[in-house]
Amino acid sequence: MNNDEPETGTSRRGFLRQTALAGAGLVAGTSAARAEGADPLITEVQPWATEFGDPVDAVPYGMPIRFEQHVVRRNVEWLTESPVSSINFTPIHALEGTITPQGCAFERHHSGAIELSKADYRLMINGLVERPLVFTFEDLLRFPRTSVTAFCECAANGGMEWGGAQLEGCQFTQGMIHNMEYVGVPLRVLLEEAGVKPEGKWLYAEGADASSNGRSMPMEKALDDVMLAFYANGEALRKEHGYPARLVVPGWEGNMWVKWVRRLGVYDRAVESREETSKYTDLMPDGRARKWTWVMDAKSVITSPSPQAPIRHGKGPLVITGLAWSGNGKITKVDVSMDGGRNWVEARITGEAKAKALTRFHLDIDWDGSELMLQSRATDETGYVQPTKDALRAIRGRNNVYHNNGIQTWWVRADGEVENVEIA
Amino acid sequence: MSKSLKLLLGSALTVSALAAPAMAERLGLGRAALPEEISAWDVAVLPDGQGLRPGSGDVATGEEVFAANCAMCHGEFAEGLDAWPVLAGGDGTLRDMRPVKTIGSYWPHLSTVYDYIHRSMPFGAAQTLSVDETYAITAFLLYSNGLVEEDFVLSDKNFTEIQLPNADGFYPDDRAESEYPLFSAAACMTDCLPEQKITKRAVELNVTPTDPDGKPAGTLPDLHAAAAVAPASGDTKAAEVTPEPAKAEEAKAEPAAPATEAVVAIDPELIEDGEKVFKKCTACHKVGDGAKNGTGPALNNVFGHAAGKADGFKYSKPLLTMAEGGLVWDMDSLDAFLADPKGFMKGTKMSFAGLKKEEDRAAVIAYLSTFSN
Repeated sequence: MNNDEPETGTSRRGFLRQTALAGAGLVAGTSAARAEGADPLITEVQPWATEFGDPVDAVPYGMPIRFEQHVVRRNVEWLTESPVSSINFTPIHALEGTITPQGCAFERHHSGAIELSKADYRLMINGLVERPLVFTFEDLLRFPRTSVTAFCECAANGGMEWGGAQLEGCQFTQGMIHNMEYVGVPLRVLLEEAGVKPEGKWLYAEGADASSNGRSMPMEKALDDVMLAFYANGEALRKEHGYPARLVVPGWEGNMWVKWVRRLGVYDRAVESREETSKYTDLMPDGRARKWTWVMDAKSVITSPSPQAPIRHGKGPLVITGLAWSGNGKITKVDVSMDGGRNWVEARITGEAKAKALTRFHLDIDWDGSELMLQSRATDETGYVQPTKDALRAIRGRNNVYHNNGIQTWWVRADGEVENVEIA
Repeated sequence: MSKSLKLLLGSALTVSALAAPAMAERLGLGRAALPEEISAWDVAVLPDGQGLRPGSGDVATGEEVFAANCAMCHGEFAEGLDAWPVLAGGDGTLRDMRPVKTIGSYWPHLSTVYDYIHRSMPFGAAQTLSVDETYAITAFLLYSNGLVEEDFVLSDKNFTEIQLPNADGFYPDDRAESEYPLFSAAACMTDCLPEQKITKRAVELNVTPTDPDGKPAGTLPDLHAAAAVAPASGDTKAAEVTPEPAKAEEAKAEPAAPATEAVVAIDPELIEDGEKVFKKCTACHKVGDGAKNGTGPALNNVFGHAAGKADGFKYSKPLLTMAEGGLVWDMDSLDAFLADPKGFMKGTKMSFAGLKKEEDRAAVIAYLSTFSN
């Protein structure tokens, strides 16, 4: 029925033909596969196949190959007045798996990323403790270490989308997130070293930068799973992620993951700093505001296809993939809808679903080339099912900027281009 | 010590299934924090007044200190310039479509105002305000919000008597009760909704950063782009042979060219470094084609020119005085100014701590010089 369909093919192609034959149409971009003549990339000796590549002493610490130079953090200039108190976004549309490379993991600074050496680093624990202490970095490396993989999501991730579809691409709509494997010392160990007094119910952590970005958390959380991390993804933290030491606060909003931590103060109450009153509080329709909304609820997004990752290969086999996460535990299920939430199919969770960490999902479909309204929907181990944006707005109104964990809709057009839309 | 450490680690190993090692006793690491160290770093002030230092400040002094240190962003009346935070007003707007969240309308505690100003402001020169100055600014902000009279004096003594209007406007996270039950029903899988229609398209707002081709910034490259633009009958094979590399080379070759006209001798790398350093300045200063005055003056034609010449910018008195005295922004004067703005120009409105590194100053001056003729 269609002369573009390759005559020869692997068994995989054979399988595809069975499922995708009906009007395979123009398979854009498969020029090599349907070329009539032999492919010179194969028949002719290419430069890289005859000349030397780079020697081992060319690049002591490597950056991605230049063909990947689009896979970078981006910011949206109009969002903030100054790039030193601003945010950029992880290119999640271009990444796979679950671990975010540090070099393209989003940054949020309140006063710029500072340069603080290990030699100049000090950590103070004081307040309601038996022994106010000061540690050098060397001291901290002598405590027993643990590791944890955790997502760090800005509470404002998706905030610009609260009023309606606004930005084109999941880098901008869901990209205030990263997921790393951390190694460090449990806060509990350090706090026990100082000896928390019984009346010490809150921990206040602040950074060494000019903003200090102090945040309070209940002592139970601090003693549960919070870590003072020195390493991420196998190497030292990057400057922009708090080198040489930051807090890892699994499942809780990114603002609490204080970077360049210099002081842990133990108090009988929350400090109620600027970052936990004026900001990071959630204005409700009655004019009152929720405070202490620390947990990041279950959420997911399809990273490809998406506005920055359109479908260029035409109809036929299509890999749909995305990320799901929950601050309340493990992701147990991710569903994908192609008709805007009317009907759903369960996607495959690829790899291990870890609690409070990014989870990758895939769904392999045979796209018939028609428009799709793509959505994903996460369910976590508490049974919480990711709601629609409208369901959240019905409770929280229109001025609730933080904690938008609503379902994202991508409109896949017949030409494979993808748009950020809202539907009803 | 080493023996007990071994024992501890040994016991930690035996319970390695736990997320964290079990710590039976202290390791004895670190040293006692000295009182003067705690005093230097523990500057937190809590709603109940914990942490307040002895001192005081009145509204009039606060207005002066605010005008000198804060008004360039927040406005002389704390009304907020450009998109910098509005600090006053907004009463009764919290239910509006566009609520104005200020100290008077939203913030629950006065301690937060003091704490934040004292430790994090002015933006770019944090921790430069004294305790009394902080009391004074806080008093001025209470006055700007109509909460105290103009003769008010704020001190550690009367601090906790002040209640902000929205003190009772906050309640702890209640999602576990108000939301989770609603979102915990088994997920519907089929015929869940009527047919859906698009109600909003992000493209219509047109606010997404774009690549030169007009697509959303960062759109994955089309590996067959060359083939796609070739005529329908074109030789797709030829196009395929030269995919990314050629394009990347061109792109790489271009950016080095601009900006070097003005100061031919300057190292392009230094200019590039300067552009990066200049990001610290962009909160207040714009430079280049179409640059307008913002919180600070536009910086075109600054290098090599007389000071105080940006059209329409309201310079501070000290700058105008120095300009009248013949100040020209050359390598030396810019270097001295940028190294220590307030030292070089006492009373300057520029709220910036300065660039401590000589190479940063050299780079940013080189960068600025490319916008001068």
